[in-house]
Amino acid sequence: MELLLIFVAAVLTNNFVLHYFLGICPFLGVSSRMETAVGMGLAVIFVMTLTATVTWLIYHHILVRFGLPFLEYVTFILVIASLVQIVEMFLRRFSPELYRALGIYLPLITTNCSILGLALFMVLREYDFIEGLVFGIGAGIGFTLVLTIMAGIREELAFADLPRAFRGAPITLITAGILALAFMGFSGLIRV
Amino acid sequence: MERREEVSRRPWYQEYLKGLWEENPIFRMLLGMCPTLAVTTSALNGLSMGLATTFVLTSTSLVVSIIRKLVPGQVRIATFTVIIATFVTVADLFLKAKFPAISKALGPYVPLIVVNCFILGRQEVFASKNPTGRSILDALGVGSGFIFALTLLGSIRELLGSGEVFGHEVIPGWHPWVVMILPAGAFLTLGFLVAAMNAIERTK
Repeated sequence: MELLLIFVAAVLTNNFVLHYFLGICPFLGVSSRMETAVGMGLAVIFVMTLTATVTWLIYHHILVRFGLPFLEYVTFILVIASLVQIVEMFLRRFSPELYRALGIYLPLITTNCSILGLALFMVLREYDFIEGLVFGIGAGIGFTLVLTIMAGIREELAFADLPRAFRGAPITLITAGILALAFMGFSGLIRV
Repeated sequence: MERREEVSRRPWYQEYLKGLWEENPIFRMLLGMCPTLAVTTSALNGLSMGLATTFVLTSTSLVVSIIRKLVPGQVRIATFTVIIATFVTVADLFLKAKFPAISKALGPYVPLIVVNCFILGRQEVFASKNPTGRSILDALGVGSGFIFALTLLGSIRELLGSGEVFGHEVIPGWHPWVVMILPAGAFLTLGFLVAAMNAIERTK
């Protein structure tokens, strides 16, 4: 039950993009077409799940054990950067199709703040291993959900007759605001 | 991979001024959106976040411009990131020790300065190619542009959300628009602000 709550919270009520504002850059950058949004979303789910596992193990079994939690930020960012690099090399070698599909989105994930945010929240909320894993998967799915909804809306918006000053980023931000309002409807569901 | 030195030839004061408007990270480049939207629930939070980020940006630019000829091209991104993470740790510990209230209000967004894309962006575009003096001016300029944007956004949200700015009552008897303090308000306000900046830019 506890795990289900963590999962639903990460996907809907405390969505990373619309509630914590994490991962806004890719959210604005790759949400103009459905195809790229889905590719980015899949890459993020994949890396988030891995990050949750690896950072949890490193934080609890290396940093805490040797009394080094102040190295948290440096360690996490290095872990994420090397993870992305390893995943990229692994995919290129063993699954060229998937590699081509995810393509340029993988390296971009290193600077996606939602990944580091995930690691930080996991430590802050003192999740155990399984909770952290569920949280990682949920956050990834939540990100993909919002990204694809946004891409769907923006594909329609591309044909809309907008005042010139609002074209591009401003209307995307305002749409995201309305989307955030809609997601507030879920907030009665659970408290975290 | 040999990198050329592309030293900027602008007059020195331009190095500072360009960050305020022309290359303003928020309004013109749309970089570093996450902290911008998340912490601007009040003018004070916006200002503190801006100052912390400017500190990290300036210190990183200083170090990067000093060691710019020693860093091999292939590992430069990793090097810059570790330098940024180090200064973020410094800023975070300083805030925790001296301003616990602000540190609490900003929460995990202080460590998230590490992945603020425009800090890395300035290193890549500017500090890794220019002498130290210019790099610091550039960092201070972009930092000031960031502080300006965050404080403006924070003031507007605080004003509409509670009728106050920096905790001082501005509009007596204002009926608070709660939505401005909530996430949705951040997106809406920034959307309209960027649209306004676009409109101003066009009339120039």
